[in-house]
Amino acid sequence: MMLCEKCQERPATVFYTEVINNKQKKMQLCEVCASQMQAEGFGGLPQMNLHNFLASFWNQMSGVHPFAPKTKEEEACPSCGTPESLFAQKGLFGCGDCYKHFGDRLEPLLRRIHGSSAHTGKVPVRSGGKVLLARQIEELKASLRYAVAREEFEKAAELRDNIKKLEQQL
Amino acid sequence: MSIRETVNSARSGWMKADSPAGDIVVSSRVRVARNINGFSFPHLLGQEKAEQVMHGIQAALGNSDLKTELELTRLTELSPVERQILVEKHLISPDLLHNHEKKAVALRDDEVVSVMVNEEDHLRIQSLLPGLQLEKAWELVDKVDDGLEKTLEYAFSEKYGYLTACPTNAGTGMRASVMLHLPGLVLINQIRAVLTAISKLGFTVRGLYGEGTEAHGNLFQISNQVTMGHSEEEIINSLNSVTGQLLAQEREARKVLIRERREQLEDRVGRSYGILKFCHVISTEETMRRLSDVRLGVDLNLIHGVNPDQLTELIVKTQPAYLLKQHGGELPPAQRDVLRAEVIRKEFNREG
Repeated sequence: MMLCEKCQERPATVFYTEVINNKQKKMQLCEVCASQMQAEGFGGLPQMNLHNFLASFWNQMSGVHPFAPKTKEEEACPSCGTPESLFAQKGLFGCGDCYKHFGDRLEPLLRRIHGSSAHTGKVPVRSGGKVLLARQIEELKASLRYAVAREEFEKAAELRDNIKKLEQQL
Repeated sequence: MSIRETVNSARSGWMKADSPAGDIVVSSRVRVARNINGFSFPHLLGQEKAEQVMHGIQAALGNSDLKTELELTRLTELSPVERQILVEKHLISPDLLHNHEKKAVALRDDEVVSVMVNEEDHLRIQSLLPGLQLEKAWELVDKVDDGLEKTLEYAFSEKYGYLTACPTNAGTGMRASVMLHLPGLVLINQIRAVLTAISKLGFTVRGLYGEGTEAHGNLFQISNQVTMGHSEEEIINSLNSVTGQLLAQEREARKVLIRERREQLEDRVGRSYGILKFCHVISTEETMRRLSDVRLGVDLNLIHGVNPDQLTELIVKTQPAYLLKQHGGELPPAQRDVLRAEVIRKEFNREG
């Protein structure tokens, strides 16, 4: 009896045919691997398309003609070595530093995806940097304006001192 | 070992019909994506680095007050069938099965919280609750996230927020979703119009277990499209309000059906109930369709003596990998349909 081509554990009982870009791939699989392939097809396919879309946006924005000969050395992220072409191909970045490295090109892409390129949600305590501080200062400034408007000058002075202290930490 | 119990039971913490709006909202899910600073994203990691990520996360769980609740299990410790069962129960994503030797999962005993390691991102923290409870789900995820962050340094940018492998997840890294049972809107032919309207408001609609937009069992998943530029609370509030609209529409549709097509509806749910009770060969697709009818019948008091939780559980019990596991060995497709019918008959004829 033939064994499943994927897990090599159970007997192959399912003929699995996959057609991607007109290329046919036939496999003999067991039930478990076949249902897995189908599940992946369902969960994975839209995802794949999404990545292709991202890649094509990227190419479009950078004005790279797909058939143009490569003239200049391609830029790669200094931290993980991911070249731009890899993102253009996979739609996935290589590491957190890619965001910094591809920053100016990334912004229009983010705005196209999210309608925004600025995070306004949760900030982690450890790696949040100065965001928490900056937000805290903004809040205090709002309270200060409110205190001044209500002529609560003692409170306003206290708030102003707090703001100064925090601003020194920035 | 709790994960062993998980793969041997069809019941899960997210199945409970007497939860908020549980007649229509099957479950609420929130997940966030996180990455560890200084490591490449999982798709670029070799085995050694992937091990380091798994170790790091294991240690971070151990350091936090979560250590009694969440313990990491390598996917290599599970058989292919067991892994597939976790997908069928919606506790892990199908993506976690790719290159499974680099991946791990931590699952709370009640299966309501799970942490996936080295999926598309280093960390996917998820909470899945019965009914409409998005705030609660976010609260649970937020707590695990805080616990892990005590030890782990996340990849985070002041400007872009949490950094993820795919830029469609960057910012909050949060995807919130609800799974809805909408047979009423399907029966009065309004579903397409309603779902199109929703997708224009920045939400993604997907059929559950089905392909494309053809939903199996009238189950639909609605989730937020955008993860940057809105806070977590804003995302949850807007999904809540859209879900509220859908609930109202579905309830209205059910009222119309009862008022204007009562006999046809009774006939439909009654026939499906009969088929499930007495079938001997049945496919997954037909099972989902009939279960949806029976559930509608139970919700509208047209069928008595069936517990809605039992119906949700049957969805899992009749999936291919779960059947294989219970059977304890290989099963040709035709035999699988026979076994599925047997499982269903047993469930519906329990009381005699």
